[in-house]
Amino acid sequence: MEITGAQALVKALEIEGVTTIFGYPGGAVVPLYDALSRSKIQHVLVRHEPGAIHAANGYARASGKVGVCVATSGPGATNLVTGIAAAYMDSVPVVVITGQVPTTMVGTDAFQEVDITGITMPITKHNFLVKNPADIPMVVKKAFYIASTGRPGPVLIDLPKDVAARTIDFKYPEKVEIRGYKPNLKGHPQKIAEAVKLIREAQRPVIIAGGGVIAANASQELYEFAVKAEIPVTNTLMGLTSFPQDSPLFLGMLGLHGTRYANLAVTECDVLIGLGVRFADRVTGELSGFAPKAKIIHIDVDPAEIGKNVRADVPIVGDVKNVLQEMLKQIEPQKHAEWLSQINTWKQEFPLKYEKDDFIKPQETIKLLGEKTTADTIIATDVGQHQMWTAQFYPFKKPRTFLTSGGLGCMGYGLPAAIGAAVAFRDKQVILITGDGSFQMNMGELATAREQNLSLKIILFVNKKLGMVKQLQEYYANKNYFGVDLGFVPDFVALAHAYGIPGRKITRPEEVDGALNEMLAHKGMYLLEVEISPEEKVLPMVLSGAPIGEAVDW
Amino acid sequence: MRHTLSVLVENNPGVLARVAGLFSRRGYNIDSLAVGRTENPDISRMTIVVEGDDRVLEQVVKQLRKLVDVIKVQDITSEQYVSRELLLLKVHADSNTRGEIMQIVEIFRARIVDIGPKTLTIEATGDEDKIEAIENALRPFGIKELVRTGKIALLRGSRTSNINGVKEEE
Ligand SMILES: Cc1ncc(C[n+]2csc(CCOP(=O)(O)OP(=O)(O)O)c2C)c(N)n1
Ligand SMILES: [Mg+2]
Repeated sequence: MEITGAQALVKALEIEGVTTIFGYPGGAVVPLYDALSRSKIQHVLVRHEPGAIHAANGYARASGKVGVCVATSGPGATNLVTGIAAAYMDSVPVVVITGQVPTTMVGTDAFQEVDITGITMPITKHNFLVKNPADIPMVVKKAFYIASTGRPGPVLIDLPKDVAARTIDFKYPEKVEIRGYKPNLKGHPQKIAEAVKLIREAQRPVIIAGGGVIAANASQELYEFAVKAEIPVTNTLMGLTSFPQDSPLFLGMLGLHGTRYANLAVTECDVLIGLGVRFADRVTGELSGFAPKAKIIHIDVDPAEIGKNVRADVPIVGDVKNVLQEMLKQIEPQKHAEWLSQINTWKQEFPLKYEKDDFIKPQETIKLLGEKTTADTIIATDVGQHQMWTAQFYPFKKPRTFLTSGGLGCMGYGLPAAIGAAVAFRDKQVILITGDGSFQMNMGELATAREQNLSLKIILFVNKKLGMVKQLQEYYANKNYFGVDLGFVPDFVALAHAYGIPGRKITRPEEVDGALNEMLAHKGMYLLEVEISPEEKVLPMVLSGAPIGEAVDW
Repeated sequence: MRHTLSVLVENNPGVLARVAGLFSRRGYNIDSLAVGRTENPDISRMTIVVEGDDRVLEQVVKQLRKLVDVIKVQDITSEQYVSRELLLLKVHADSNTRGEIMQIVEIFRARIVDIGPKTLTIEATGDEDKIEAIENALRPFGIKELVRTGKIALLRGSRTSNINGVKEEE
């Protein structure tokens, strides 16, 4: 049957199981939108393209499925760039479709022409410029395969307008073979045996579980392994939710704003098991002081991560789930009573804490929220102090319930990501925890959320500051605070009202409990504005150039 | 240390940009890069000479392998291989120096491919050392223009580095 390239693309998306696309139209995608209008795929119209890519990101991370977004050529495509980089840094499977000027005009600086495949080369796992409509089915098949397998990541398909309009005989390929792309999923048996031997002999082992554990859906295996071998577990920011936080083996987050006891455990351990981590600089601190006494076992599906930042004594390239299953078979139950008691001493000596004063404490608010929500509640954040307080104080219990921009640290991520998750799970509670700086970056997406009848809850911490940068200036610029005052902030509750969203502003600690109850009991969307002290800090903090074993404390 | 990588890539538009972009954004130094089609028109071979210690090289190779359009990467530095480079060189030549230049060309088994009123254009092939040597020998006469292709290389004997077999890791 002859159909247009645009119809072929939409049909291919349907075959790939796509049910939702986040997008924003324009001239170059008129044929594509025409085809989309006749599909059962739901199109969520965002209000600015960054919203489309972040929503696809949130959708993918919450659901484990590939997220899809669409934008037109030129400015539509370039507006996606930051979000593509965010998805790339956090290994999120998304397929991005951009319109392009007709092939006959490519290279002529035509109206709304940009070389988006060129621009996104370093921030996509792969990208395609489709020149022949007959290639569309295979390109889509490859795009989904590449985005979702191995180490996941964004894949972009650039579709020129004339290619979308020409007709082809549609046939969807059943198999995909890419000779240059063969992810290695099974760990090397000999390396696995070496790792098990090291773990068996370890006196003071620690596991760092990263985002790769969630991507591989390996949380169950991680839990079983940690319990069987009695190994304490710390999470990277991206790894949070991969391990239940009510477990006594849990150490909280490590790194720059990690718990002292996680950082001390890593510093003192004799065997370190990195699971689906890339040993990013925010995690390791000064490299020479990172796990100086440990033999390091590094398990990751991406061979290029192994040995990149941190030497690996036992490198294992493979899918974290597969490798953990294999290790589970081989390891006998272990006991590390002495080590755990040492860790408990640290936990008592250096707990996460905050000092009470007349202001509402964001840490306490987040902790209290965690007591009121179910394990299925999905939390999204923006970037800044509120993000770190959430990472430190919210008691995550289930994988895929925390959406945050880790590697890129991209302000403006939160609201659209929360929308993406809420669209994926219309029956789940989704809560955005954001700051007055970040929220203003993409707050136009409130309209998208309303239009979609979502029941998002928004907790907005207002310190009238770009708080995290102010904190950096305190330490690294001798308190020369510059450019971090939000001298004017809108009346956010009134703003919410303008979108038909009820809300409330609180300023006193005794209001917190009731306000959270009111917000959670409300059926539809709700915005809770929480005024906090502009002086509040995120602690502990490892100073630049210091090893993670040393930190600024209270 | 300098390493010679033999890289098989899909003959797709943009593949050179992907490889070159990877080197520049990760701060790896390319000494030379030569690319052309192989016996299979769908596949090109790049011979890349890159400077770096073992750690850097390990990363270069792994990052190259991550590119979807890269089919196979081999570091052939410590293997037995034949390598050649092509040089075209335009040197100043007058009636006094012409004879001497022609002798040098003879010694290096190079060829004169063009003659101008005051120049000779010389073609030479050989491994890097030879190309360096002829360049040095001709420098005193005044080199007016010079172009080199960069090194190309194949393994010696019946061994091949074609795509049979997948990209091996480690
Ligand atoms: C797009 C973007 N621009 C700038 C930054 C640098 N930055 C990091 S945190 C931060 C302040 C965030 O302010 P706010 O959202 O109010 O959070 P707070 O730290 O006050 O809780 C800034 C500007 C960033 N991470 N992302
Ligand atoms: Mg703020």
